[in-house]
Amino acid sequence: MNQTLTPVQRVALARNPQRPGTADFISALFTDFFELRGDRHFGEDPSILGGVALYHGQPVTVIGHRKGRTLEENLKFNFGMPSPEGYRKAQRLMEQAEKFRRPVITFIDTPGAYPGLEAEARGQGEAIARCLSILSALTVPVISVVTGEGGSGGALALGVGNSVLMLENAVYSVLSPEGFAAILWKDASRSNEACDVMKLTAADLLELGVIDEIIPEPEGGAHTAPGAVFTAVDDAISRSLAPLLKLSGSALARQRYKKFRAMGNQAIRRDRG
Amino acid sequence: MSNVFTRRREKLLALKSLRSGGPRSAPAPACPACGAEVPRGELHKNLYVCPRCGHHHAVSAYYRLSLVLDPGTFRELDERLASADPLAFPGYAGKLADAGRRTGLSEAVVTATGRIEGRRTAVGVLDSRFFMGSMSAAVGEKITRLVEYAEKNRLPLILFSASGGARMQEGILSLMQMAKTAAALEHFSAAGGLYISVFTHPTTGGVTASFASLGDYMLAEPEALVGFAGPRVVEQTIGQPVPEGFQSAEYQLDHGFLDAVVPRRELRATLSRLLRLHDPKGGRDR
Repeated sequence: MNQTLTPVQRVALARNPQRPGTADFISALFTDFFELRGDRHFGEDPSILGGVALYHGQPVTVIGHRKGRTLEENLKFNFGMPSPEGYRKAQRLMEQAEKFRRPVITFIDTPGAYPGLEAEARGQGEAIARCLSILSALTVPVISVVTGEGGSGGALALGVGNSVLMLENAVYSVLSPEGFAAILWKDASRSNEACDVMKLTAADLLELGVIDEIIPEPEGGAHTAPGAVFTAVDDAISRSLAPLLKLSGSALARQRYKKFRAMGNQAIRRDRG
Repeated sequence: MSNVFTRRREKLLALKSLRSGGPRSAPAPACPACGAEVPRGELHKNLYVCPRCGHHHAVSAYYRLSLVLDPGTFRELDERLASADPLAFPGYAGKLADAGRRTGLSEAVVTATGRIEGRRTAVGVLDSRFFMGSMSAAVGEKITRLVEYAEKNRLPLILFSASGGARMQEGILSLMQMAKTAAALEHFSAAGGLYISVFTHPTTGGVTASFASLGDYMLAEPEALVGFAGPRVVEQTIGQPVPEGFQSAEYQLDHGFLDAVVPRRELRATLSRLLRLHDPKGGRDR
């Protein structure tokens, strides 16, 4: 554990291009991965990677954001910023998981949903909203792992899990620090200041009740020893999944509802009026 | 006895509508769309729609409720829920107090029950004057409670949105309200509940990407801005100005995300018709 890193340093680690991403976790932790492509409405958005695979022999559905590592890949995957087609592909996979009674495992790593003209024209907001409602009601286990950047609604769209895990140097926030500074202070260059007040580190989120467990990273960050990270993530997913597999479908949906129903309770008070 | 309460409630709603920037509380503003200075009385008679250009002015939540609900049927829920400033965010507590003093609201949404042409309904209205209608945890909680109330009492649900999105000062807890409200609506929907979502100007961000986009019916006021990313963010992304009319209600109608664009004057009748279409007793008089 690197207890001494500042939020700004963790944001940098979370964005490190060498950091393991969804594709790496899939090849390290799963076998027989079969990728599903396309939303069956408009197109295929490769910034979301999803499919069916075996997890320790058990069929599961895997969905995650994909950034790519080289500039060429970044461009192909739009730097991990999905379009509505990506979210609608994710919805299709979630519904398929429900049909075939497969647990869903998601990996979250995105600066946010793509804020472009075409994405707006095809209903980015609706696409994200529908992911939230579908995930919330699934009667199969859902485990979400925040592996890098958890940016805004585009991250949460894959994050409504029975169990939400987070790598030690991953970050998860209402908006990117740059966007936050731009909105609140009209000055995107104050993003470092934003990092300090946003409570976006894993330790902050554990304290706020937003995540369930922090997965430790090696000294220097996940990219310095990916093998150790794969083992730690595998252990954490296995430990979270085991008790969930014993619950009935309705109990799983109920647990997930209650969990998110309670989020932000500490943020509410009764006015004197 | 019930008449006394009805009158009291009516008076309260009228007063709140006055206090919160309704009729006569301020001098006539110039129309933000055409610049016409319309006398306040005339604007009021025209439901705060510019008689020159048809621009729909922003209105307070209480005024909106007074336009939609049958007189004497308004009953507010969870009126006193407010933000507890969970992150102890610099400057937030003071701004909350200011917004409260300025608007008479304790948060950015008013939730209530009332009747629309006799049919009992659960209604929530976001008020853009309170932190741009942004989704604090208290806003998410009030909406979730309203959805649960509607489910328990088998009432139709109508939500009017007007929101800049997430409440930045509540950080990730604001973001989580998207999941919370969407989950509540999914539960309500599975139980057969009717939900009508009405977008008013402007609705963006986390509100568009959660409860506002999940209606069985999706309506908007004319020219209301409806989108996920705000137009400025989109312009920064594409490096050029957005086209004329981008993200307007009419644009969303053309792109398949709305069922109808409804002028304010026709809103109550439209809502009433939808409620009638979902009433097991159908069109029979009540």
